[in-house]
Order: sequence, then structure tokens, then C-alpha cells
Amino acid sequence: MSKIDDILDRYREGSHENLIPILQDVQEAEGYLSENAIITIGRFLHMSTTKIYGLATFYDRFRFIPAGRVHMRICNGTTCFINGCGAVVTAVREQLGIEPGQTTRDGRFSYELTACQGGCNDGPVICVGEHYYTHVRQEDVPELITKLKELADLK
Amino acid sequence: MQFTIEVNNKSIRAEKGETILSALNRNGIIIPTLCRMEEFTPTGACRMCVVEVEGRDRLVTACSVLVEEWMKIKTHSPRVIRARKTIVELLLSNHPDDCLYCDRNLDCELQRLSDGMQVRERRIRGSKIKPRRDLSSPAIVRELSKCILCGRCLRVCEEVVTATSIDFIGRGRYTHVGPAMDRDFNFSSCIHCGQCVLVCPTGALHEKHYLTEVQEQLSKSDVTRVIQYSPLVPYALAEELGIKYSRDFDRLLNAALRKAGFDKVYLSGTGTDILITELADAIMEAADKPDKKPLIVSACPAWVKYCEQFTPELLPMLSTLKTPQQISGAIIKSVVPVTGEKPRLYTVSVTPCTAMKFEARRDSMTRKGISDIDTVLTVRELARLIVLYGIDITNIDPEPADEPMALRSSASLLAETAGGITESVLRTLAARKGEKEAEKPAQKKLRNTGNFRETMVSIGGRGYSVAVVDGLRGLEKIRQMIEAGARYDLVEVMACPGGCVNGGGMRTAGSREAVRQRSRFIWQADEQEAVRGPEQSATVADLYGRVFEQCIELTDRQLFHTHFSRRDVLL
Repeated sequence: MSKIDDILDRYREGSHENLIPILQDVQEAEGYLSENAIITIGRFLHMSTTKIYGLATFYDRFRFIPAGRVHMRICNGTTCFINGCGAVVTAVREQLGIEPGQTTRDGRFSYELTACQGGCNDGPVICVGEHYYTHVRQEDVPELITKLKELADLK
Repeated sequence: MQFTIEVNNKSIRAEKGETILSALNRNGIIIPTLCRMEEFTPTGACRMCVVEVEGRDRLVTACSVLVEEWMKIKTHSPRVIRARKTIVELLLSNHPDDCLYCDRNLDCELQRLSDGMQVRERRIRGSKIKPRRDLSSPAIVRELSKCILCGRCLRVCEEVVTATSIDFIGRGRYTHVGPAMDRDFNFSSCIHCGQCVLVCPTGALHEKHYLTEVQEQLSKSDVTRVIQYSPLVPYALAEELGIKYSRDFDRLLNAALRKAGFDKVYLSGTGTDILITELADAIMEAADKPDKKPLIVSACPAWVKYCEQFTPELLPMLSTLKTPQQISGAIIKSVVPVTGEKPRLYTVSVTPCTAMKFEARRDSMTRKGISDIDTVLTVRELARLIVLYGIDITNIDPEPADEPMALRSSASLLAETAGGITESVLRTLAARKGEKEAEKPAQKKLRNTGNFRETMVSIGGRGYSVAVVDGLRGLEKIRQMIEAGARYDLVEVMACPGGCVNGGGMRTAGSREAVRQRSRFIWQADEQEAVRGPEQSATVADLYGRVFEQCIELTDRQLFHTHFSRRDVLL
């Protein structure tokens, strides 16, 4: 809560033009935009939460549920797509039982599809935090998830 | 400044500063539009209104582009027609195509456009929108699969109603219209005014229907069925049914309702008369108090919910009186005799309003868990019932309504337009002081347009200061005035611009002019009718003098009052 207040302190009350920077800052600090955060921002900017929610959902980058302890960013760029990231995504979806943007019930995993991450030579690419997993094949997914599960439990 | 432009190889006169659309419309050319709404800044989003302008590569939107002197316009060239038709075909590509079963069948703008463009086959096939029906609100249903994302509802909600309860959510093919956090209506800041329903071009937004419930009760043998209708309902019903309204229509409606199976027919207008009387009492009582605060009328249920949510600081000034519908309801549930064969009492109210559907279900409108009004129907629903039951309203004998609420004054009809309650209350105050028509000088001011009106009237040597908020956009002004210490005697707030004549339960697709026409009808009727105020009404005298005295529950008139409290919703 105080995190949001700290962020809002940096902006002028009622300044609608700062909505997106504020949303970005809050997402950066909390990992997602909670209902509470949206209400607080709405009061601060004198804006309807409906408007804020409507605008935020327009952008893929904003999340409305907390990300998992391990957040996988699966490249869906052209090259990775041609190299078969679709099958990888299907495998991840089946393994975790969630859709892109969702978080598993145990809070361990979430994943999203991204535009090109620049690893075209080594695709399909999955990025977790600072680490890149390259040349990921469909059959590698179960092993990868097991490995990442350990990582999640360490966090 | 006027100049000549060329349209379809003929010259027409155009005004500098007007849009192409307005110049064409004035010269006998109709251009189809979809996202456009009167009195709103055009967005040119739907591109239905495209025309060809010589010298421009692309088609231009007539609604948003200003007309210029050099323009040579083509409004029905093959290119224009093809573009418009494709737009409709694209809109239809993911539409459910269940027109026959749709709420707005035969009254749908998309249907009319598609017919007008002569779309006769499905040329473009898109994946259908995932059906999602939001039935959570007691007043308004949202059917996402039928939404064509024209955005009219959310513009009205933000710019006219100022509640901003709905907006576009998501992007691309996932875009849909909904309240904050993608919740259902019931959890939103929606005030159920139904303005979005009036502007929705398809069946995506409509009132919640309670006709099945009514039919069920009408078919039971052990139920005493009672119906009351608002003063505007006969006129609105004639409009909805496409029948020419005459003075007799009110009494024809009474007969029609009895034919449909209702045992008693009452007038909500009598409730309005009581409201006016009670308001006049409250004003006279408060007039000379040193700490007098403005008295804000609570007769509009949409406004009441708005106040509870957005402006709780005004709640202490809000009159505790119920709306006319609920006052009548309280009387009905107290005094209507239930005979041995029909021991159960079922009450229906017909109104031009969707918010009344919500209001009837408020906790404070029930006694021992029983609602004063069981079902609220809009004018549109009543028209359907009459058609369904095959009642030929033009071919029956007129009948009076039932005592003790058989007559209404013209003041109660007046209350259906914005400013009408104020005018009626002033009229009653004047009559009490024996000054006939002392309110006349205020009439022009109160019947004006614009979302905020105020005036001062002198009655019995005392000045009464009144204000009218016509559509919630005028609310900001009244808040400022009250904050600055303005000591109004009466403040009337109507959520719908124009008042109940523009209510969410009225005929859809009404223009500003059509709404104004309804007001003019009311003003005309007010001139002609004999009983012009509750103080002249024998019915009101009988209620106060006899009925209320004989019924223990009504003697202290506490049943006409309710309470309001701050409402926590996602704003």
C-alpha cells in the first residue's frame, strides 16, 4: 500500500496525462495492478476505475493478477514461430494447465508470449528472469518445468 | 457564411463550419450513420457515413469532416456503396445472427442498415464472439455477443450520465464493453438509468424483462393482481404501439389492463400528487428556519443511487420521501382489500424508467421482507404484453381507474419532465396562499433547455429559490452553488436529460426533438386538464381525509419515507 503512495507522491494530483507512467511504476513495484492499486490511482487522478481498467487492459504489458514466482516469457516472434514455438507453448499449457497471462494456483508459474526477444539464431527461446533457454523443443518442456519448479521453491 | 458545393453533380448550399453530413441532410440526402449521436463530438469511428470527395484519395467520413468550398462530393457512387456495404458485412461477420430470437428484432439499427445496404448473404465469415450474458443487474441486461463496439453506450455513460460505469475492455478481437475489473453490472457503479439502452443500436443492452413473471401471476386463480402506471405511460405506450394518442387513451389503457387480467388499476400519478403535497409541506416547514438547507428531490431513483455513490455529502439534504411509484406501492399494499378467494396480492408498476426496477428491490422499500412493488415493467414491456395478449386497444370501451387512486392532477403529469416537480410544488405553494398561478413567471425558466436552471419565485410575499438539474451533467454546478452557500428551497435532480420523458424504458431511437415533443405534449395537456394540482384533486383529499385516517399503517405517513446511505461500489 505504502509503495503505491510513494509512487503517487512523485506525481501531481489529478494529472490525467500521468496515468500510464503511474501504472507502469506500480506494476514495476508490485508486479501487477491490483484492484486496490487501481482504486487508489483513480482517487488520486480523479478518474473512474472503469476508465483506468479499460485503458490498462488495452496494453498487453499490464497484469491484473500477481505473476508466478517463476515467470516464463516465451518468444512468439517470427523466427521462433517458424522454429516451432507453437508446439512449445502447447506443451507448457498442458504441463501447467494455465493460459498465457494466468498464474498457477500454487503461485509457482506464470507465462506470457512476447514479440521477438532477439534470439532468432537460437530459437525457440524462453526467457526466465535474466536467463535464456535456447533451442527449446516440445519434448524438453517437462524437464525444463521440473528444473524451474526447484527454482520457484527456492524463491 | 454560405457557399455552394457540388453534390452528385448538382449544386447545394452549405454553411461554413458545418459538417458534410449536416449539409447533405439539410438538402434531402440521408447518409447512414452508426456511431454518431446527436450533440456529441463525432469520432468517425464506424465509417458508415463515408462519401467520395473529388481530389481526396480516400473516402471521407461525412459526420466528422467539415464542408469546404471546393468540394465535389459523391454520396452514392459504386465505390461509396461498396465501402458501406462491406462495413456492414464486416460488422455482421461475427454477429450471432439470431435476429428472430433477439430482443431488438424489427427495432434494430444494425438490421435496418443491413437491409438498407441490401446484404442478402453472408460473404465474410468471422469467428463468433463468445456469448456472455450478464443478467446480474435487476434492470439492465448485457449481451456481449451482440455488441458491435460502436461505443455509444460508454460515451453516454461518461458524457451525459457522468457515471462512467462502462468502458471498452481489452484490445483487438477481445475488446468488449463492461464495468471496472470486468465484473458484472451488479457490482458496478451503474445507476440503472438506461440511457445506454436507449442508444444501443443492437440487442447488446436492453432492460431486464419481467413479463414471464407477470404472465405467471396473471394465470393464477388465487392472486389479486394490481397494476399502477405512471402518468406518461399512456402517451408513451401509444408511441410504442404506433397508435395516435388521444385524450381518451388513458381510459382505454385502464380497460386494456383489466382485459389482460388485472383486478385493480391505479394511477402512480396519485402517488406523485402525494409527493408534491408532502414536498410542499416540507418546504413550508423549513422555509423560516435559520439553518435551512436545500431540499433535494429524491423522486429519481437513478439520481438517488448516483448520490449514494458519488456525492454522499449531499445525502443529508436529500428528501427522505419515496418516489411516486413507491408511495403508490405503499398505499396499495396497505389498503387494497384481498378477498377470500384471492388472498395473495401481486403488484405491478409500469414506468418509463429502468432504474425503478432496481428501486423496487431496495431493502428499504420492503416491509417484513415483502416488496411494496413486486414487478416493474417498462413501457416497452407493457406494449409487448398487450400485443401478446391480443388486446386491440383501439377497439374497446374506455373505463375509469379504481378508487382510491383513480385520478391524478395534471401536475403529476408535469412531473415527468425535468423541472416539472419544481413547477408543481410551486403551484401547490401558490394555491395554499390563495395566489393562483403565482408560479407562472417561473415557467419559462423552468421549462428551458440546458442542464442547470435556477429561478426565484415570489409566493405569499416570500421568495422561493429553486434549481433544476436536468441530466447529471448539471450536478457539478449545483454542488458548487451549494458549497458557495446558495440557500435553495428546492433542488430537483433528474438523471436522464429532459426528465422521465427521456427515460430508459421509453421507445428507443428517440431524437432530442422527439423527447422535446413529449415535453410539449405534457405542457399542452397541463393547460387543458381541469385538475391542475393535488390541492384541487378530490382523490388526494379523500386519501388524506379518509383513507390514511382509517388505515393504521398510513396514518402517520411514515411509510412514504425511506432512508438512504452511502453506497460502496467501485467508482
